[in-house]
Amino acid sequence: MTLFTHHLLTVILLAPLAGAILVLLVPRRREAAIRWIATLSGAAGFAVSLPLWFRYEPQGEAWQFVERAEWIPSIGAAWFLGVDGLSAMLVLLTTLMGAIAILASWGTIGERVKEYYVLLLVLQTAMIGAFVSLDALLFFVFWEVMLVPMYFLIAIWGGGRRLYSAIKFFLYTLAGSVVMLLGILALYFAAHAETGIYSFDITRFQALDLPADLQVWIFVALFCGFAVKVPMFPLHTWLPDAHTDAPTAGSVILAAVMLKMGTYGFLRFSLPMLPDASRYFVPYMAALAIVGIIYGALVALAQSDWKRLIAYSSVSHMGMAMLGMFALTPVGITGSIVHQLNHGISTGALFLLVGIVYERRHTRDISAYGGLSAVMPVFAAVFLLMTLSSIGLPALNGFIGELLVLQGVFVVSPTWAACAATGVVLGAAYMLWLYQRTMFGALDNPANRSLRDLSVREAATLVPLVALAVWIGLYPAPLLRKLDSSVGRIVLRVNSVYGPAIAKAAAECNAAAAPVQVASAPPGMLVIPPCTTDALPAGEPAEGPR
Amino acid sequence: MTPITPYHYLVLSAALFTTGLVGVLVRRNIIVVLMSIELMLNAVNINLAAFAWERQHAVGQVFAIFVVAVAAAEAAVGLGIILAFFRNKETLNLDDLDIMRW
Amino acid sequence: MTPLWLIPLIPAAAATVNGLVGIRWFPRGLSALVATLAIGAAFVLSAGVFAGLLQAPPGERMIETLLGDWIPQIPLATANGIGMFKVTWLLRADALAAVMLLVVTGIGLLIHVYAVAYMRDEPSGAYARFFCYLNLFCAFMLLLVLAGNFVVLFVGWEGVGLCSYLLIGFWYRKTSAANAGRKAFIVNRIGDLGFLLAIFLVFYTFGTVDFREVASAVAARPVEAAGLGVLSAICLLLTLGAVGKSAQIPLFVWLPDAMEGPTPVSALIHAATMVTAGVYLIARTAALFMHAPLVMQAIAVVGAATALLAAAVGLVQHDIKRVLAYSTISPIGYMCLAAGVGAFGAAIFHLATHAFFKALLFLGSGSVIHALGGEQDMRRMGGLRTRMPLTFATMAIAGLALAGIPPLSGFFSKDEIQVRVFEAHPWLFAVALLTTLVTAFYIARLMALTFMGSYRGGPWSPVASAAAASTAAAHGVRHPADAPAHGQAQRADHEVTHGPALRGPTSMARSAGGAGDAAHGALRGAPHDAPWTMTLPLIVLAVGALAAGWAGVPATMGGSDALGRFLTPVFAGLASNAAAAHAGRGTALGVMIASVLAAVAGGLAARYLYVTRPEVRPVLALRWRGLHALLYAGFRVDALYDATIVRGTLAAARGLRAIDLRVLDGAVDGVGVIARTGAWLSHMLDKYLVDGVVNAVARGAGRGSFLVRRLQTGLVQNYALMMVLGLFAFLTLYLLGG
Repeated sequence: MTLFTHHLLTVILLAPLAGAILVLLVPRRREAAIRWIATLSGAAGFAVSLPLWFRYEPQGEAWQFVERAEWIPSIGAAWFLGVDGLSAMLVLLTTLMGAIAILASWGTIGERVKEYYVLLLVLQTAMIGAFVSLDALLFFVFWEVMLVPMYFLIAIWGGGRRLYSAIKFFLYTLAGSVVMLLGILALYFAAHAETGIYSFDITRFQALDLPADLQVWIFVALFCGFAVKVPMFPLHTWLPDAHTDAPTAGSVILAAVMLKMGTYGFLRFSLPMLPDASRYFVPYMAALAIVGIIYGALVALAQSDWKRLIAYSSVSHMGMAMLGMFALTPVGITGSIVHQLNHGISTGALFLLVGIVYERRHTRDISAYGGLSAVMPVFAAVFLLMTLSSIGLPALNGFIGELLVLQGVFVVSPTWAACAATGVVLGAAYMLWLYQRTMFGALDNPANRSLRDLSVREAATLVPLVALAVWIGLYPAPLLRKLDSSVGRIVLRVNSVYGPAIAKAAAECNAAAAPVQVASAPPGMLVIPPCTTDALPAGEPAEGPR
Repeated sequence: MTPITPYHYLVLSAALFTTGLVGVLVRRNIIVVLMSIELMLNAVNINLAAFAWERQHAVGQVFAIFVVAVAAAEAAVGLGIILAFFRNKETLNLDDLDIMRW
Repeated sequence: MTPLWLIPLIPAAAATVNGLVGIRWFPRGLSALVATLAIGAAFVLSAGVFAGLLQAPPGERMIETLLGDWIPQIPLATANGIGMFKVTWLLRADALAAVMLLVVTGIGLLIHVYAVAYMRDEPSGAYARFFCYLNLFCAFMLLLVLAGNFVVLFVGWEGVGLCSYLLIGFWYRKTSAANAGRKAFIVNRIGDLGFLLAIFLVFYTFGTVDFREVASAVAARPVEAAGLGVLSAICLLLTLGAVGKSAQIPLFVWLPDAMEGPTPVSALIHAATMVTAGVYLIARTAALFMHAPLVMQAIAVVGAATALLAAAVGLVQHDIKRVLAYSTISPIGYMCLAAGVGAFGAAIFHLATHAFFKALLFLGSGSVIHALGGEQDMRRMGGLRTRMPLTFATMAIAGLALAGIPPLSGFFSKDEIQVRVFEAHPWLFAVALLTTLVTAFYIARLMALTFMGSYRGGPWSPVASAAAASTAAAHGVRHPADAPAHGQAQRADHEVTHGPALRGPTSMARSAGGAGDAAHGALRGAPHDAPWTMTLPLIVLAVGALAAGWAGVPATMGGSDALGRFLTPVFAGLASNAAAAHAGRGTALGVMIASVLAAVAGGLAARYLYVTRPEVRPVLALRWRGLHALLYAGFRVDALYDATIVRGTLAAARGLRAIDLRVLDGAVDGVGVIARTGAWLSHMLDKYLVDGVVNAVARGAGRGSFLVRRLQTGLVQNYALMMVLGLFAFLTLYLLGG
């Protein structure tokens, strides 16, 4: 049991890798066995990550589930893992989307099955690793390792101009991350100059007070790596190609998880490590983000390729996440994180849905569809729900993120909020038009007459996402509480205006919530009940005339 | 009868070794060359045994046994190479085995 | 202790059941039963809430339910230092909400009952889907009404927009229906943008989004009479939202198109409830608006202008539902006008009465359309008075109420507004009076064209009506008669299906229409009144249209103004509310007489043109053909928007796509090309210069070694000889050297 209590992150991290090794051991012609093993290890990967949700204590330590072991002691690099609220949620998103992507590949991948699943599982490990690393060098290693499987996934199992897209994706991100490495090294040496210790420890980096001009340079260097990954306008052009030409699972992973690497990088590195530079760059970042929102939406409006349209909508959505982050307000940053998770859920689902029809019709051309509601009613219903989630309809998840982001931005600049909100209107325009062109109208293409509705397996990939979309839309409070203290720490570093308010909230919370020993927890582990602002226990509506 | 001294053994050994050496250098048949090599090895063995007897020390005999073992292995590998060579070239003439040039 | 949260939850649960299970497995009766029972339960609960509030003393007319946190508190800057952004699922019923609850659930229930029969020719899947959407709409509308803060209201607000989208596009196979739904949603979203920004500004200004807390914070601020301050900004943004939802100028363009939806939907959503949400929003935030008099004036002007212009457009439309659509925009303009002069109570009163008579008009027109097998063009109606006496009678009551003829409900609510307008802005009163005249005219025209004179449509034989239909189809898609056909069938098939000889060869045509063919079997002979499930709602609504006005007869007419007094606590303390009392009896009487005279004049003019001397009409139409065309096209606002905003956005989209491909991606590819060119250059340099030197060295060494390599014969024995010779040489050296 110590494996799960003390080395949880390592277990989460290595579970997909173990699956990959198992798949390697199976002879390649036994494809069914390979699929089963891969699917089960995807599910197991998600299952072992679930304790992150239940055992992460929002009011506890800043970094939880910490593990530390020597790696390259001579340069101060360590196997240093740990999560805060932000990375815990992203890891959960990764494991869930990974399991779904593997399940979604069941019917779509027919050749080189073994290699496919091995790469997918290795990719999974790399992505989790980037989120849980608290060592900058380890982070960078995982960051780079991620590229390789994705390159092969696009180049071998992709469609269209897959080689071009794969190489473009690889080189574009690599070019960015090389500069990012320079930034990390600069941090490393700057940290040595300040503390006298050679270390890649991210938690140390976050406590540095670097000179402002150095911060600016490092910010720019890190920006190159992160902004490409997000992607921010105008560094986004690899994304439509990669998303469009990747196989379904690749698009899902790219959109749902890999884009979050960029925003995660900004939140983990740029904001807390370089607070002065972050403040300095706020107008520029906001401008890029807003341009991205509107630009992405407008270009999406002009697309005739189903997947490309959703890819450009990602540009728009990620612009929203960046805008919220660089409002540097607690609400804005919380909104940004929630929006990232939501984007993972809804855009991931949208790519799954496209994949489902693509598998049946082998075209992504929107004009080849129309009237699908008549033959695929369940598909149409799920697609509608995800479309609505994507355009931020209240009571679904997309709205929570947009509301928080825009509210957080509004107090900084109403103009920015207003500009970004026009993107929301355009979002409704392109998504509903897409929906109408594919689902509504007459079923006049004979090839569409006999399309099958969702199979059980396809439905199984979508059900968790639908459930999450509704749940986050209606009752996001548990999720938001998990993010509370992590966001607070980032804001404390970067925007000291909020210091007193955050301290006060935490103090009130801690005064109200005494640590208690919970029977199920390991001995000595005190559990602090999450702070609540509920007037009454949930489920007991308070009522009565006042 | 003169008693057999180490000297006699050395002469015998030298004679055998020389025979083997000449055989290795002048014969063209690869099998004969291999057999000549065996001769040279056995000449050495005689030396080893003779000195071991004279010195009343077992190391020489042990060495001789090692040499016999190695010689057996060498013969096996050598014959294998010869077989392969014959299969390729259909001849046992060493003059045809000149592909190691340059 | 009424469980407030059950009111929206029951219809929502029914919608979920119908949506998840019903579409696939329920027979029609069951899905209709689930839906109707749910809305019925909501009605009963709403009545309970209303009764509870009625008995409570004025100061305590409020029920609150806190369902829990939605967004727990997060620190955020406000105008007064750091505050806490927090949103709860808070439901609150006060007098205003209670009135709306009754309107929504009451009329909703009637329309559900009506739709049970009206939609019965849909396939059972579509039937369940219809009721799922309709229930979902009710749930969101009730949430909107019960919302205790801005954000929850926004949820309902967007939710009803969604349901409106789904229901307008219910017959989604028709491109025009799908387009209309999308247009409605996007135009509404533009308004919602304003609403959303208003929420942000409210939080920034007051540090809370709760209606009551905002209202009490506003009370402490001065009225922004001179200039536009932050309160005015909030109100302007809210107004943008209200204008979008309530289809006022300049965002009214979606409502006429929304008539693509089934008629019960038009009655419930686009006449009685959803479109009045904008007015409800203004009334709900009346405290804010009272502090922004300039914005109030703007609302009054917009409302008056919308009322008049929409009524004018309604004068010339041929499609019966389009007339009613414009006739919905117009009274909502009236309500906005009322709100704009501070008569919130009157606005809500008019909202309630309007809900009755407009829903009745729509349902009546639905019966007519149903009876005529999908015909919506009034030029092919007429003389139905004798064939559909009940429909005629109920619609006549509704028409009189709409025109404002005493003592029907519309008269009282309209009169109250007009008195208040007269006091506030006499020149707007002139506009209102003119609107009354035009309103009376167009509704009289509608009644005359539909029920009077003689029948002008095709005879009741299948062949002839099919021919007529195909002629109609040949008129082109823009032809109003052609636009909202019933069901998704091609119109020709559809009409054939409705012919009296349904059995026999025509059933071929029916199956040709496709599986989803929504055919109405009503026209199995001459048109007649609908079955009782459809007429019962008509009768109930007619009673409401007759009598609802008595709930709020103003004190100046000797009434008790029960509604006004019930609503008092909601609008209490608002400056201009007291003004009502100042209205002199004389003024009130004068306004009343003027208004009634205008209505009668309008009605008589219509009678003259459409019943007494119809031959005058072509002459007039020819003389004013420019104006006629302009009105017929709704002042060409649609075309204007299409030419500017829609085309502009699409052009920008295409332009940006080109830029993205050529410039941005071109730059990336350009970098690739440059890199590859550089690589090629380096390759050449490497091959001929760098590698050249290396090769030269190698070649020199090779030549040198050529001499030596003759030693290498490749013969093993030569090598062995060398070794032996070498050995000898070394031995010799060793031995000689000693």
